[in-house]
Amino acid sequence: MNADSFIWWDWVDRHLGEIRTATYEHLRLTVIAVGLGFVLSLALALLSLRWRAARAIVTGLAGLLYTIPSLALFAVLVTITGFSTLTAEIGLVGYTLLILVRNIIEGIEGVPAAVREAAEGMGLNPLRRLVAVDLRLATPAIVAGLRIATVTTVGLVTVTGLIGMGGYGSFIDEGLKRSFSTEIVVGAGLSVVMAMALDSVLVGIQRVLTPWQRSSRHRTNLGYELPKPIA
Amino acid sequence: MVPALRLVAVSKRFPGARTDAVADLSLDMPEGTVTALVGPSGCGKTTTLRMINRLVEPTSGSIDLFGTDIRQLDVHELRRRTGYVIQQAGLFPHRTVAANIATVPQLLGWDKQRVRERVDQLVGLVGLDPELLGRYPAELSGGQQQRVGVARALAADPPLLLMDEPYSAVDPIVRAHLQDELLDLQRRVRKTIVLVTHDIDEALKLADQIAVLNIGGVLEQFATPDELLRAPASPFVEQFLGRERALRRLALQPVGTGPIGPVPEVVEGLPTVTTGAPLREALDAIVAWGVEQVVVVGDDGSPVGGLDLLTITERIGNAPSRRDTA
Repeated sequence: MNADSFIWWDWVDRHLGEIRTATYEHLRLTVIAVGLGFVLSLALALLSLRWRAARAIVTGLAGLLYTIPSLALFAVLVTITGFSTLTAEIGLVGYTLLILVRNIIEGIEGVPAAVREAAEGMGLNPLRRLVAVDLRLATPAIVAGLRIATVTTVGLVTVTGLIGMGGYGSFIDEGLKRSFSTEIVVGAGLSVVMAMALDSVLVGIQRVLTPWQRSSRHRTNLGYELPKPIA
Repeated sequence: MVPALRLVAVSKRFPGARTDAVADLSLDMPEGTVTALVGPSGCGKTTTLRMINRLVEPTSGSIDLFGTDIRQLDVHELRRRTGYVIQQAGLFPHRTVAANIATVPQLLGWDKQRVRERVDQLVGLVGLDPELLGRYPAELSGGQQQRVGVARALAADPPLLLMDEPYSAVDPIVRAHLQDELLDLQRRVRKTIVLVTHDIDEALKLADQIAVLNIGGVLEQFATPDELLRAPASPFVEQFLGRERALRRLALQPVGTGPIGPVPEVVEGLPTVTTGAPLREALDAIVAWGVEQVVVVGDDGSPVGGLDLLTITERIGNAPSRRDTA
């Protein structure tokens, strides 16, 4: 066995259990963050669409939050909420807000005026209009936002690992401390694989949720553009 | 008889506006008739229409639907009982044609079987190819989309149909075709229809009565197409109607609906028109053939009378003696 090798498969073999645990932790932190972020963003987006003033505040604050370097944010949060999942999730959820709020707003605002008018004129009540029309038509934009938020979060969870909250980041942390490349490669590589895998899942979900975007035969003058995915 | 729809002194001023969008408008629309609201941009015709299904609430005045003040009805219930067709159809891009048509029946909680039967029936009624039912709106032509829009509006068999510039987004040939289809449809379903259009010719062709509105929602004249062309109530109406009013009146009147002369002694070499053709066609034949009169024939092609220039002129109330004094 060559000690200088980039990756020691032997090590990987012996640490499959730890890798599995880290995968679970990483996935859990990501899913909770994006899930909570989505629910919160949906509420904030609807609030923003309802009141102009709320919109400026929400997007302003979310934008500000987004500019804070992640490591710095987690370091500060640790002093308040300690080394806990809560600390990790506060930061992670915070970073998803800007992308998700903006995409949900843009998606809903992209619903053609004629479609809105028809929905209201046919007697769909506000809740039905939101769920059955606005959110459905905003789905491509919303999923586009979820994809960016998810990939970003998978990356950020690696950072929370560096401050001791499990996931693939702990391998990178240890690898760096011990100058052991195998652990760094495993941690980084698996993060990328997870990001790509979750992204594919979301693409698949979008395809299932938006069948009308697949059928492009005989596309003619609809009179307005269909909302297109942003990313 | 109580009119299907009655507007009583309806006014609308939008918040922050310095003038009325609609001013003191009163209109009676009898059941089963087509009423056109026409006028230039800013005349409040669309606002008026939107007040009927309460997308806009009047500032003052009242609107009665079959004798009931619409404010006493649940707003969603009112809209589900009122067909609404808009420019560009406003179909739901994410729902198939069948699902679009089924929107209101589903809201009303009809069972699946009944919805399906109704959709099939409507497809026939508006002349859609049943093949299209599984398609999405983006896959349809503008004319097909507009037919789906009409089918969707008629789905729950509402007594009242509101149409806002329904044909302005389609090309003129398709538009003429859709207008003919609407007339044909109306003969079968007899809805009370309120049609908003900026196209006076569309109004003259489709409507039983026309309300001409001026800027600020001021009613200039409310009359039948023939009356409007014969006696415009103001210079505004006259200008809005445009030229060749007599010819356009002739286009509105079928040969068989008024007095015609006797069958000419010699019918050979004379052009013929059917009783169902408009008077304008008779005039056209006289001018084109350079003859004194045309032969009017029945559906079976046998001569039933004749039409000369004087008779045609009198038919629209313009006797030569009256012309001299005008």
